Amino acid sequence: MTPYTEDELAKDLDQQDYKYGFVTDVETETVPVGLNEDIIRLISAKKNEPDWLLEYRLNSFSIWKKMTEPNWAHVKYKKPQFQNITYYAAPKQTKKYESWDDVDPEMKETMTKLGISMDEQKRLTGVAVDFVMDSVSVATSFKAKLKELGIIFCSFSDAVLEHPELVRKHMGSVVPNSDNFYAALNSAVFTDGSFCYIPKGVRCPMELSTYFRINAGGTGQFERTLVIAEEGSYVSYLEGCTAPQRDENQLHAAVVELKAMDNAEIKYSTVQNWYPGDKNGLGGVFNFVTKRGICEKNAKISWTQVETGSAVTWKYPSCILKGDGSVGEFYSVAVTNNYQQADTGTKMIHLGKRTKSTIISKGISAGNSENSYRGLVQIHKNAHGSRNFSQCDSLLMTDHCGAHTFPYIECKNPSAQIEHEATTSKIGEDQLFYCMQRGISEEKAISLIVNGYCKEVLNQLPMEFAVEAQKLLAISLEGSVG
Amino acid sequence: MIEIKNLHASIEGKEILKGLSLKVNAGEIHAIMGPNGSGKSTLASILAGREEYDISEGGVTFEGKDLFELSTEERAREGLFLAFQYPVEIPGVSNVNFLRTAINEIRDSKREDPISAKEFMSLVREKTKIVELDSSLASRSVNEGFSGGEKKRNEIFQMAMLQPKLAILDETDSGLDIDALKIVANGVNSLKSPDNACIVITHYQRLLDHIVPDYVHVLYDGRIMKTGGKELALELEEKGYDWIKAETQVG
Repeated sequence: MTPYTEDELAKDLDQQDYKYGFVTDVETETVPVGLNEDIIRLISAKKNEPDWLLEYRLNSFSIWKKMTEPNWAHVKYKKPQFQNITYYAAPKQTKKYESWDDVDPEMKETMTKLGISMDEQKRLTGVAVDFVMDSVSVATSFKAKLKELGIIFCSFSDAVLEHPELVRKHMGSVVPNSDNFYAALNSAVFTDGSFCYIPKGVRCPMELSTYFRINAGGTGQFERTLVIAEEGSYVSYLEGCTAPQRDENQLHAAVVELKAMDNAEIKYSTVQNWYPGDKNGLGGVFNFVTKRGICEKNAKISWTQVETGSAVTWKYPSCILKGDGSVGEFYSVAVTNNYQQADTGTKMIHLGKRTKSTIISKGISAGNSENSYRGLVQIHKNAHGSRNFSQCDSLLMTDHCGAHTFPYIECKNPSAQIEHEATTSKIGEDQLFYCMQRGISEEKAISLIVNGYCKEVLNQLPMEFAVEAQKLLAISLEGSVG
Repeated sequence: MIEIKNLHASIEGKEILKGLSLKVNAGEIHAIMGPNGSGKSTLASILAGREEYDISEGGVTFEGKDLFELSTEERAREGLFLAFQYPVEIPGVSNVNFLRTAINEIRDSKREDPISAKEFMSLVREKTKIVELDSSLASRSVNEGFSGGEKKRNEIFQMAMLQPKLAILDETDSGLDIDALKIVANGVNSLKSPDNACIVITHYQRLLDHIVPDYVHVLYDGRIMKTGGKELALELEEKGYDWIKAETQVG
């Protein structure tokens, strides 16, 4: 039997508001507001980057300048003023953290508040953690242990300096800097992120985890993640995200690239809880993210996401199934409440023969929110015998919210099999009454029903993350039935 | 246990209950019979706490408390249980998780500690036997993919797990074959004690072959028209409801 978590839920339900809304008082080093070539040079210089990377940034910037912001997504928001954003903010530090003991106590406090205790993690769960606050990666635990296996797990900046050949070879190979408006912007101004390399035949013995945190006001966060799984290797990677409560909208535009070589497997899980804005839709994070992975022969990439935060989300973790027999999976729960808007889904590009993809998307809309699933299943000419199964379910909590499904299917090979199922339902008064007649309070009944509804997705998450996600769902939907 | 006094209730302006009175003591089993549309299920819904009804007159005391002052979940925690006529499916929520949540919510309201996993599982094993429910059903999602008979047995299983003071069975026999009917009846009988009571709402006499009531009431046109012992049920079976109607009109 799975451990029982509803009791813990009850305690968390007492805290109705966004509990990660605090600001950490650490000295922050920033660059001047605005975006131009000088700012990019400054960022690059601060990070002691090699010339090729500066060139890559400048090239990306010139591409970006020629692009316009996309507006095909089913979201409405005030376009960010790109010249009013600070593109680099770092907790001030005089020396590099050599060990966990060197980390600023304020920073440790922040992590504790976020529920990440490095010591605890080290002792109990064996999860290696990287922590990215604003633009800089603060601490990476477990580095030494992983090193023995030849696994590299470090901040993106460290990777640039210590493993430039790997970064140079793979960066931009999955998401080119010309891919889209926000990917181009990220390629120009990205500051930090995580880097992970699993050598041939190695099964990473622990979950690798990164927590992203926006702290400073007026800044954007542009992180970059690159995960490379060499032939026959395996890695499970988790990311968690939070941000302080601010009245302004903050921009988060990340790029995540995954490469799974022959017979490799990458499991990538996200619990996204950026500040969603207040009840009236003021503030909140704009989350415009490009996530994509390439699968070589018989490789597998599995994306699992639980999205509860952000004012506006625009995100489509995708798989390019290039190698024969490769597998792509996408499991998603997206919750929107109040005035949140989410346009999220996936792209499964079947290039190789006998490639397989599975899409399970569960959207939950409450308040006045808008929740859209947008997905593309593309079967190319040579993808003989390929299969896709998609299931997109929407659950409505109120009469004022919207749920939309935009499934696109393009099939150029007649031997392919594509199945698509979709449902839309309103949370049942009868279900709630049934639970309450058994003595269960309304709040707990909602969380029970919603967690049941999302079970297929939550089951994909590693245990600690699944518990966290269940709590988040309950908190996000507090008092939302109407 | 429960006392209903002169209860008047309506839905969307239509009066369904028109001065219903009924008293049930601990240790008793009461059967409420009546033709379609007489208000049987309305009574069950109102007692359980459905909100769509307007109560214009009368009241209900349950264990000395004003029932209408209590929310649905508070009534359940006080020991009022409704076996639903149409049990609801809750996909993805296992029966055991559902029941354990319910038991702990009830315990918590009494400031008791949550039930231990061991205690809970032995309770599940013990109670699944009563209704001859396959133990695999206990770990499946609540009522999802259950047959009609399994759903009803699951209601009795939940009742056995929650050990209510007052159980209301709303047409639990409808749609059951004779074997399932016996199982359900055995379940109810084995749970009978001097401390609890049961109201069995039914259309047909056949359930009462297996659950022997202390009293049989005939509900007609929103009121209890006739009360008798178990022989009244047989009389109804034989003569139908028309003679009650006739008797009422004469009276």
